[in-house]
Amino acid sequence: MFEYETLRLIWWLLLGILLIGFAIMDGFDLGVAALLRVLAREDDERRALLETIEPTWEGNQVWLILGAGAVFAAWPLLYAAAFSGFYFAMLVVLLAFIVRPVGFNFRNKIGDPRWRESWDWILTVAGLVPPLIFGVAFGNLFLGVPFRYDQTLRMSYEGGLLGLLRPFPLLVGLVCVAMLLMHGATWAAVKADESIARRAERVLRWIAPAFVLLYAAAGVWLVFGVPGYTLGPDAVVNGPSNPLAKDAGLTSSWFDGPLAAPAWGAAALAILAALAVPLLATRRAHATAFVASSLALAGTILSAGCALFPFLLPSSLDPRSSLTVYDASSSRTTLGLMLLATAIFLPLILAYTAWVYRVLRGRVTLEHIRQSHGMY
Amino acid sequence: MIDESVVALSRLQFALTALYHFLFVPLTMGLAWMLAIMEAVYVMTGREIWKRMTQFWGVLFGINFAMGVATGVTMEFQFGTNWAYYSHYVGDIFGTPLAIEGLMAFFLEATFIGLFFFGWDRLSRVKHLVVTFVLALATNFSALWILIANAWMQNPVGSQFNLDTMRMEITSFSEVVFNPVAQSKFVHTVSAGYVIGAMFVLSISAWYLLRGRNVEFAKRSMTVAASFGLAASLSVVVLGDESGYTVSENQKMKLAAIEAMWKTEPAPASFTAFGFPDVAERKTHLAIHVPWVMGIIGTRSLDTVMPGIDQLVLDAERRIGNGIKAYRAMLALRANRDDAQARAEFEAHKGDLGYALLLKKFLDDPVQATAADIQKAADSTIPNVPVLFWSFRIMVACGFWFIALFAYSFWLSARRELDRHRWYLKAALWSLPLPWLAAELGWIVAEYGRQPWAIEGVLPTALGVSSVSVAQVATSLVGFVAFYTALAVLDAMLMLKYARKGPDGLGMWPPASAAAYH
Repeated sequence: MFEYETLRLIWWLLLGILLIGFAIMDGFDLGVAALLRVLAREDDERRALLETIEPTWEGNQVWLILGAGAVFAAWPLLYAAAFSGFYFAMLVVLLAFIVRPVGFNFRNKIGDPRWRESWDWILTVAGLVPPLIFGVAFGNLFLGVPFRYDQTLRMSYEGGLLGLLRPFPLLVGLVCVAMLLMHGATWAAVKADESIARRAERVLRWIAPAFVLLYAAAGVWLVFGVPGYTLGPDAVVNGPSNPLAKDAGLTSSWFDGPLAAPAWGAAALAILAALAVPLLATRRAHATAFVASSLALAGTILSAGCALFPFLLPSSLDPRSSLTVYDASSSRTTLGLMLLATAIFLPLILAYTAWVYRVLRGRVTLEHIRQSHGMY
Repeated sequence: MIDESVVALSRLQFALTALYHFLFVPLTMGLAWMLAIMEAVYVMTGREIWKRMTQFWGVLFGINFAMGVATGVTMEFQFGTNWAYYSHYVGDIFGTPLAIEGLMAFFLEATFIGLFFFGWDRLSRVKHLVVTFVLALATNFSALWILIANAWMQNPVGSQFNLDTMRMEITSFSEVVFNPVAQSKFVHTVSAGYVIGAMFVLSISAWYLLRGRNVEFAKRSMTVAASFGLAASLSVVVLGDESGYTVSENQKMKLAAIEAMWKTEPAPASFTAFGFPDVAERKTHLAIHVPWVMGIIGTRSLDTVMPGIDQLVLDAERRIGNGIKAYRAMLALRANRDDAQARAEFEAHKGDLGYALLLKKFLDDPVQATAADIQKAADSTIPNVPVLFWSFRIMVACGFWFIALFAYSFWLSARRELDRHRWYLKAALWSLPLPWLAAELGWIVAEYGRQPWAIEGVLPTALGVSSVSVAQVATSLVGFVAFYTALAVLDAMLMLKYARKGPDGLGMWPPASAAAYH
């Protein structure tokens, strides 16, 4: 069996993998929905664009559900602190994730243009809101979040929804929105009717550079304008998960942390991959553009995760209460069990997901849409 | 001290969102198997009508599935947003089955449901059938893992309290998985889902027969529903009894409250078929007793005594006393890790630590509790007796009605006389809401009957809440009510619209229009 410390590090990596899985898989659903009104003008076009995601959005959304479930099981302290601390933010995200399933299923069930127009707006907004909120939440991690623990490890949070809307986190929110718009457009270029794919290529020509600019701006701000957090010198990495048992404090920058070098590497990957996206798309290498966009997502998330390491949720009120990889996990037994379950099922999930996408391969053409009954 | 209004509002929000979610989930479980059966007949016989049946009921299944997915996310988020201390305190054990549910079951069903709808022209008949079967199987695995998590709340096995981390931690995963409560709950709950699926098909088909529409289609659907529903309703009642037995093993108070059994009776106890429980006087007016029945159901013996509520309150009082000792020792150990005497005291009484936490509702420091506080805390272990008493009885009455209705349907379908009696068709139609009523009441008996505990004997519900404000919970509650009401209206509207249109109105059957459908 692995050491407790090793298991914690593995679960930190798995947390990243699940987050990246969510961003790649559910990200293009969100991006397509957010771009619905831009990429598709008439009802036939919208139905075609939506049908590129209708058969698979349910499976994709499970990345979110599994991600949250895995955090609950492997990082219960993080789950409790983040979900209750970001109470209203989570609520808004939740509403978006409630309305999307219903929207996909209900939209085509009634032909009235006002019904469809309303759902199109709802889907657009529900596509934009989650990346914005997740980005803002992620941005807040770098600044620290106002919470502390008492002796019984009951957390209290001293800030509201408006407290989250600080300039730096808002910038990170925009980075995420641009990132998923890019990702959604590459998916539309791969899967939708040629006419829609052409529009997606045009969108990519400006959204990919916009993402790179926003991302770079956030990076510069982070390097020069945001202090980092650091663990005390005698931090225990194999001890029980009790945040109050450690010492933590501020340092000049997040890039003083132990994983600064990988963070820079991941950032370079994100920028290069994103710059390649429009070049590939305009050369009609749509599938490769989608892969490049996925790499940009992975690089972005990895760069943030590595810069924060070993912190998961820093506390601005009481740095000692901050949650880190070494004191927010579940017990060694649970981490081991969850690792075993993940090692068995994650490869299976990837395998049958790949099979489903293979069965559904090919573009959704307008011709197909005009002949189909729309009975989904 | 914990704000009582936050507790009350958080509980109300959880109950409403869970009851709402549970309107859609059991239908998914039952209908998925009915689709699999119909499609299996299609693949074996090659008769087009069975494919059309699968597709038509599939449309209604899809509407319902979307609602189930949408409202399920709320449940998962809510443990974190509104029950943060609960999540911290038991996440080490409770989170694992939830995560495995995602890995093993939900991923599978959510990935395959797309192929069910979009795979008809892309997959061979047999492959499509396999997809449908996997979909049905995965929904049942989902229920299994969720109920393993829930059963641990009723009967927290395989775990112990850790002083260093101030939470419960797992000691045996196999005990959690093979929790006897989980086994009986699983079969009882999925059977209830099958009854809902069968009733849904039976009632809507009966409506077509009443209107003289879609006759061939409706009769075949009713035949499937009758046999599936008969097996399911028998299983739900028989295995409900099994769940009664496991409840009596570990939640004596819940059982005593369901029975409104105030005093301990000599074994074997009688079953109260009817009566009016009076909480203030602690007795049941106009009670009609059936001798021996309760003792036999609850203990499977003639000589085991089942304790009444008064006796159980005394037990709780004793355990609160022990819990205070454990709590005091815990504080001493926090000040000095090497205090051997405190360590021994804590080890001796840590099983009752949860009972000391019941006092937190009445004062901040359980160590300071007076005899009156202890009495109040012990009394608080009695759940709401009249609600449990009546919910249980209505649920059981529904169960017996389902057996009768499906048995008669089965008889009629064997004699090919399903459309013979209009009164039968009307009874089948008007029974539509009953299995939902029974399922929701079952949830109330199981979960409201667990109060005041979130985790039986371990963590009081009131302690599990997040440190959020009344305004926050009130706002989210209003938001959910408004949002869910709007969704319910849309869902009902679409369900009615598509059920009314029927296979004929949608051009799916008969075949003349079915050609146009493609």
